[in-house]
Amino acid sequence: MLPIDVIALFGKIGGYLIFILIGIGFGVSLELAGFGDSRRLAAQFYFKDMTVLKTMFTGILVACLLIFLSSGLGFLDFAQISVNETFLWPGIVGGFIMGIGFIVGGYCPGTSLVSTASLKIDGLFFLIGAVVGAGIFGETLPTFEDFWYSSFYGRYLLSDWLGWSVGATVFAVTIMALVMFYAAEKTEEYFRNEGTNKPWSWKISRKAYIFSSGVLVIVSVIIWALGQPDPARKWKMLEGKYSGMLNSKKVFIHPLEYIKTSNDANVKLITLDLRPHSEFQKFHLYGSVNTKMDDLLNPDFVNPYTQLPTNGVVILLAENDSVSVQAWKYLKVQGIENLYIMENGVQNWNNLLADKKVHGEPINLSSPPSEVLELFKKDAYTPKLKIGGKKRSGGLCG
Amino acid sequence: MKKRPNPVTNPYLAGTILGVVLYAAFVLTHSGLGASGAISRIQVAFAKLVWQSHVDKVGTFAAMGAGDHNPLDHASVLLLFGTFIGGMISAWYNGRMKVEIFKGPKITNIQRLIFALIGGAIMGYGARFARGCTSGQALSGGSLLSVGSWAFMMSVFAGGYAFAYFGRKLWSN
Repeated sequence: MLPIDVIALFGKIGGYLIFILIGIGFGVSLELAGFGDSRRLAAQFYFKDMTVLKTMFTGILVACLLIFLSSGLGFLDFAQISVNETFLWPGIVGGFIMGIGFIVGGYCPGTSLVSTASLKIDGLFFLIGAVVGAGIFGETLPTFEDFWYSSFYGRYLLSDWLGWSVGATVFAVTIMALVMFYAAEKTEEYFRNEGTNKPWSWKISRKAYIFSSGVLVIVSVIIWALGQPDPARKWKMLEGKYSGMLNSKKVFIHPLEYIKTSNDANVKLITLDLRPHSEFQKFHLYGSVNTKMDDLLNPDFVNPYTQLPTNGVVILLAENDSVSVQAWKYLKVQGIENLYIMENGVQNWNNLLADKKVHGEPINLSSPPSEVLELFKKDAYTPKLKIGGKKRSGGLCG
Repeated sequence: MKKRPNPVTNPYLAGTILGVVLYAAFVLTHSGLGASGAISRIQVAFAKLVWQSHVDKVGTFAAMGAGDHNPLDHASVLLLFGTFIGGMISAWYNGRMKVEIFKGPKITNIQRLIFALIGGAIMGYGARFARGCTSGQALSGGSLLSVGSWAFMMSVFAGGYAFAYFGRKLWSN
């Protein structure tokens, strides 16, 4: 099942080697497109050479189709792919600044690197400027830090925003890209500058273009028709990876460990209570969220929990374990990293704690203090909770 | 080395290769491509050489290189290194490995280098502001349909086209 973690698989050296190889592929494709030449990049903004737009959107479209096709066919777990989190307005302001920098400097960070690699002095100067600019940013950030963290939407896809299925969105993006390519060709015909616009090395016929466009559209329609797997189908795909965690009871925690965790200020604890609403109203743990099984299939409900910080833990609570196991499966495949079940649910909780007293007073069953732990033997439970795991959001540009 | 450089590759072919590389990056590393993150790390590494206490103090620097943490020990730096090597390989193979300064015909070399430096600084600043550059945000986030990445991408083009008129002397004949 993709994606794989090359560093976990091949060790640090092997993993890093693969990063270098991917980088080489990236560098080669940028250089092949002619992005080592600032004149070609800047010409994009004078309508003379639309290579930037054409190459970028072809890259985006090809990767997009491959990703959602693999996910639809069931060999890529999209929940494990790190999607750039949306900070809407900081992104827009930063993008606008970069657009200006593009005109002034003629490169973007990646292309200036390739330009420097092919011994272009302007590329090197740009790269030095970029290093300095990154430093100036760090120095000035404290003056507008609030803005920089504002309009945060987390992992927010165009399909979520439009309210469309992923497949329909992919199809729309495909059509949009093809229309844009056509418009780019027409624009170039008007503004073409014979001086810098040399022919390409790989001329193909008009028929070949129409044929490849057709292939792209067909693939996007297939993606739309396949649909993206729902949690139940995803569990079937991922059962091999995760069922061991259930069978070995590694994800079932003892009520006392829950008490310890809920009193630990370093842990951001989310408790999802899967019992019926009436039961929840009679008694529930302090801070817990009453959750229906349907909620777990609703991305709007689940998404925030997939984006918890590394110290975030989600613990499921139900009347019996079969309900919480089902919920665990649904949530695990949607990408919640630290996900646990309170063993034997509320019953065990009550049996264990109902008659306990601290300082002569009966404890508050809804949020027991950590002193309760002292009433039990140290080995009353096996600690299972592991806080951590990788924070995957942000990716390489963060 | 060849005397005449090869013509550049068809943008749709180069884009397809780029897309496949991007896909490979996703399935092998969970994240896409990027350059600006690694550029920041290099900046922090330089800052560490001269002023460690300051690196510890500034939030974004400390996240990469506080204390004895090596800011360059990160996958993104390896990716950046690879990108450089890849650029060299392709440039060498296609006969584009040549010391030159690319500029519009109306400005001098010195002017071009000054503007490249300033433009680079603006770009470096903007890339940190937007939490990613053209590759990390637009390309990687764009292919995953991230709303923020698409808004960012539109904004880069908007900024470029809005400012193109004022910068036309830099590039036009």
